[in-house]
Amino acid sequence: MAYTIKVNGKAQTVDVESDTPLLWVLRDTIGMVGTKFGCGAGLCGACTVHLDGVAVRSCQTPISRVGVKAVTTIEGIGETPIGASVQKAWIDHDVMQCGYCQAGQIMSATSLLKKTPRPTDDQIESAMTGNICRCACYTRIRTAIRQAAGMAPALVAAPSPQILVASAAASVPTKG
Amino acid sequence: MADDASFVPTRRSLLQTGVAAGGGLFLSWGLSAEGATAAPADAAELNAFIDIAPGGIITIIGKNPECGQGIKTMLPMVIAEELEADWSKVRIQQAMSDPSKYGVQVAGGSTSTPVNYDPLRRVGAAGKQMLVEAAATTWKVPASECVAAMSVVTHKPTGRKLTYGALSAKAATIPAPDLKTVTLKNPKDFTIIGKSVRGIDSPRIVKGEPIYGIDTQLPGMLYAAFVKCPVYGGKVKSAKLDAVLAMPGVKKAFVVEGNNEFNGLASGVAIVADSWWRAKKAREKLVVEWDEGPVAERSSAKFAAEAARLAPLKGQITLRKDGDADAALGKAAKVIEASYSYPFLSHANLEPQNCTAHVVDGKVEIWAPTQNPQPGREIVAKLLGVAPADVKIHMMRCGGGFGRRLQNDYMAEAAWISREAGAPVKVLWQREDDLAHDFYRPGGFHHMKAGLDDKGKLTGWKNHFISFADRDDPKKFANAADMAATELPARLISDLTFETTLMPLGIPTGPMRAPRSNALCFVQQSFMDELAHAAGKDPLAFHLDLLGEPRLFGKTGERDSFDTGRARGVLELVAKMSGWGKTALPARTGMGIAHYFCHLGYFAEVVQASVETNGAIKVDHVWVAGDIGSQVINPTGALNQAQGSVIDGISQALALAVTFENGQAVQSNFNDYPLIRMPAAPQIEVAFLKSDNPPTGLGEPALPAVIPALCNALFQATGKRIRSLPIDVRQLKA
Repeated sequence: MAYTIKVNGKAQTVDVESDTPLLWVLRDTIGMVGTKFGCGAGLCGACTVHLDGVAVRSCQTPISRVGVKAVTTIEGIGETPIGASVQKAWIDHDVMQCGYCQAGQIMSATSLLKKTPRPTDDQIESAMTGNICRCACYTRIRTAIRQAAGMAPALVAAPSPQILVASAAASVPTKG
Repeated sequence: MADDASFVPTRRSLLQTGVAAGGGLFLSWGLSAEGATAAPADAAELNAFIDIAPGGIITIIGKNPECGQGIKTMLPMVIAEELEADWSKVRIQQAMSDPSKYGVQVAGGSTSTPVNYDPLRRVGAAGKQMLVEAAATTWKVPASECVAAMSVVTHKPTGRKLTYGALSAKAATIPAPDLKTVTLKNPKDFTIIGKSVRGIDSPRIVKGEPIYGIDTQLPGMLYAAFVKCPVYGGKVKSAKLDAVLAMPGVKKAFVVEGNNEFNGLASGVAIVADSWWRAKKAREKLVVEWDEGPVAERSSAKFAAEAARLAPLKGQITLRKDGDADAALGKAAKVIEASYSYPFLSHANLEPQNCTAHVVDGKVEIWAPTQNPQPGREIVAKLLGVAPADVKIHMMRCGGGFGRRLQNDYMAEAAWISREAGAPVKVLWQREDDLAHDFYRPGGFHHMKAGLDDKGKLTGWKNHFISFADRDDPKKFANAADMAATELPARLISDLTFETTLMPLGIPTGPMRAPRSNALCFVQQSFMDELAHAAGKDPLAFHLDLLGEPRLFGKTGERDSFDTGRARGVLELVAKMSGWGKTALPARTGMGIAHYFCHLGYFAEVVQASVETNGAIKVDHVWVAGDIGSQVINPTGALNQAQGSVIDGISQALALAVTFENGQAVQSNFNDYPLIRMPAAPQIEVAFLKSDNPPTGLGEPALPAVIPALCNALFQATGKRIRSLPIDVRQLKA
């Protein structure tokens, strides 16, 4: 069946079964692969996109339910001022390790800041708890959201650990 | 077999030079395995690739697979440092899998730093030397009067300058120096190494650009689901494919016999369609009768019952016997006995296993998120009966590695299905496939016994490790289910026995981030904490007393070495950072300490955790002190690795287990394999202690100690000892 949806401002007509999740329409039919597949069950948040600015799990959103709502994906989120500031904060804080979940994290964070421009830590945690980061970059995601919200100054240098110099006494080689 | 323990850092280099396709400077160098003066013909060659365009853009090859450990950024930093490159002009290109050019290309065992640090410095230094000579020849002055910095060579007496871009064509014609003879920088002059450099691919990732294996798209590409028997080693007896073939978009459906190798091609049914969703929908119509085989009898409950039966018996194999542990226990003032266990775990990469392959006329091209491409090439070549040289592998960015992608079973599936389908095919597993068909972190059981003298000093130690056997050899450990004979407190006390007994398994296992250590450290350091309490000593004091004076067992850089001085260093630092022994804690809040050496890194960690009356745990704070040698090459990456490892360890301890019933995994998705989420992630402080030792890797060694440190904190908070993972909170109720 043919559906016309609006993705990042552009109309796209696709011919798929009505139960096809938006995730697979984006990835396999339209060829926009920025939105990621993680669990297929709405449990990990990797597939998060916006429908009329609200974060939804695209793996749980059949194409038949998209209708005229504007779909925004990671490929288009930088066109919005909040999306762009979230992307910048992600880079400033060198958030990612593998980065696979980060499209979904950025979409959830942008949706949060759109609704709640200056979130408390609890609000950040509750908005982001649906997004799993297997590399566990949670510390940096939290601080990057604070920067994007203007609640922390922009980070000039990337975050770094404390580095100390050990005392020079060398260990004596031992048999055993 | 892809096993992290086999990546031993040995090096010998020989530089060759040539002009690269764009007229730029090309350096390639060889490494032989054995350290001979000239690389033998059959040696694995390693080539670092430096290409300098006339405009000054420097392209450096990132040789190893990137799975989030940051190696694509970090190894080129090492080359650029010695090259005296202007980092803002450096571009990094991911290498193809090509061991004849790049040598070992693997992301495993935290080996990339120790194996590549010195050789890649030399590659950069050789490049700089050639550029300096090119400038000196141009000016007809001695090279010793010229210096290089920020991609510019300067003639010191006259102040004349030439850029690397202007010099590169000429430099490429200069005979390359022997890498042994090049002069390396004094580390105090480093301008790139030791400075935080953000991930090179991050700007692309935040825009959703296609860089992961799963993002591969080829003209005419089809999508496949591959359905395997849920029981390990099971085979297709019969399959009804008509209903599958009648589904929309399905192009082909066929039975695959497979080669019955875990790291190979399983028996199953391939469904090939014009979209992955259609392949998945068609899969729901599939009816298969399986020959489940002998593993269908196995279950976690039976493993535990058998381990309990075996625990008090003598072990089947002696791993280490020093002195007479039984006699020492007989004389001890106090004997402590305890049984510990831990479950099987899944790697759970967020990017499900996938691979794209295109097989045409015996030539195979593969796009794979793999940590270990070379064994994959061999598996595919053997399976398809083609020459390894005809298997071309693109190393795609991995959406997480954690050791799962050291195996290449998905590569075998994609290559086989592409050949049968006669088209480029992307094989993609659903999450449920991923949890059901992992190479699991093996579970294990330990029966521990130790003796203390009347002063509370450890005098004897026995560990009966009940583990699992290889599918094909009952006397051999299953992959990554073994234990080193050098686990502590070996070499620190004189009467000690490590024994093991192996149970049949038949389920695939393999290395998972800090393999062996992620489990053994829990047992060793929790039991050590029990002993400290039994001895009436502060656990930190107990550790320091047992470690004794700074001394080195074995050789620095070897995995079986142990430097008590470095272990003391990180323990003393973490104690200072955390205010160990000086912090007044509220009720049902505790601090725990643990330390561990693995993957050539020394770590000590303190956890502060609180427990509600219903047993719910909150990890409040973690302090981490690490010694990974003389350089923390990319500090921002190092901090991220250490924090991620700590949270990963907490995630495992709090909630993760794969259990088996009827020879199949019970867990199927993130509802019952609940990876940690943001609200449970604690504050983590990390400090590195630079010591006068070669720099080593950080993908793994920060993980193990956090698990016992957490369990030891819970003991302090509640008086309840955690001896089995994941932590059962019912045990912690007030």
